[in-house]
Order: sequence, then structure tokens, then C-alpha cells
Amino acid sequence: MSEVKNFLYVNRKAPHGTIYALESLEVVLIGAAFEQDVALAFLDDGVFQLVKGWDTSELGVKNFQPAYTALGDYDISKVYVERESLEERGLTEDDLIEMTYEDEDDDWAEKSSIRIVSREEMAQIMRDSDVILSF
Amino acid sequence: MAMLHTVNKSPYQCDTLESCLKHVGDGDVVLLIEDGVYAAMKGGKAAELIANANGVKICVLSADVKARGLEGKLIDGVEVVDYGGFVDLVVETDKTQAWL
Repeated sequence: MSEVKNFLYVNRKAPHGTIYALESLEVVLIGAAFEQDVALAFLDDGVFQLVKGWDTSELGVKNFQPAYTALGDYDISKVYVERESLEERGLTEDDLIEMTYEDEDDDWAEKSSIRIVSREEMAQIMRDSDVILSF
Repeated sequence: MAMLHTVNKSPYQCDTLESCLKHVGDGDVVLLIEDGVYAAMKGGKAAELIANANGVKICVLSADVKARGLEGKLIDGVEVVDYGGFVDLVVETDKTQAWL
């Protein structure tokens, strides 16, 4: 199992305004198929990707928010969200969508994937990752 | 000679809104569109820029507000307009500057 690497997908862009958020999601879903250890990081404007309640009907684009909630089904259980980025934007964890996974080590109990971390912790998470893909 | 200014960038990503607000005149309208709407979020650092913009009307485009889940999260005093309202603003003002 030494072949397994830790992948970190870093998301720093707001949704809709650019294509980065959607493209990141596509790559995460593809990467998940290769059974690597995958984690997602949301910081700076990336935290806007997780703000719940999107209604994209008037924009005429697909609402891809439901795809985030499905990531748990792809064994993605680590979603790091930077606290400072939330606070600067007037957001709290309550403003975010629910993301869950089933913990195989705990009788498949449903748990939240979202972990609010400090900027310092986020820096350490980046340092501890083998591969970082930035969007 | 009122002008319409549109801002489509997040205030946390670049200084477009800041520069725009430094160049507006009395009676001008600033319309926040696309990622620009994040500036009008309650509790956000950028909301101060909006609050300090005296003599300028601040509007946000409803389609972009809804798409980002920001309904009910906007600061007071900001006018929400739909696409028709956007057209009205273009017609009512003498010219439009798109801050990119």
C-alpha cells in the first residue's frame, strides 16, 4: 500500500464567476476512481463554493452543488475549510452545505466530512500532502 | 451625467471594486454582478467598502445573488435588480463603464 499517495485539492475560487470550481470537482471525481487518499481544502474565495442554497436557474447554468454532497459516496471524507477565510467573509459553518461520509471503522456511522481548521493547520495540511492540485 | 459602473470580480480576489469606488461621482450607480455580488454580503470585510460609498447607489443582480445562495445575506441599503432592471439602469444613465 506504499503506492497510495495523499492528494490535496486546493480550492480558492468562488463558483460560477470562473470555471475553476466546476473543473476542480470534475478532477476530484476522476481522481477518486483511482483509490488514492484524497482530501479537499477550501480557503479564500473557495469557501463560497460550499455556501448552501444555490439557485442557478436564472443564470442558465447547471447547479453543480449537489455533486459536493455526493463526494462522501466516493470515499472522500476529509474536507478542510479554513476558519479565517469564513470569518473574513461573514460566514459560519451554519452557512455551509452538509457533507457526510460513512465511517467504516465505526459501524458505517454517518459523519460530517467538513473540518473547520485554522490557517496554521491548513498550512500544515498542505505540507503533509504528497501531491497538491490547485484550483 | 450619471454613470453606471458594473463590477464583476470578488472584492476578496482583486481591488476592482475598490478602484471603482475611488472613481465614482455623485449620483452614479454601481451594479455588482457575477462574483462582484460577494461585496454586498452582510458581515464580510468588503461590506465596509459599500457602506462607505456615499452618494452612490449600490445595486446587485438577483440572478447572481440567487445562484450563490446569498439571498437574505445582503447588507441593508443595497437594491436588488433583475435583468430587466439592469437594462433600465443602462438606459437611465448616460454611459456604462464595465470594471473588469
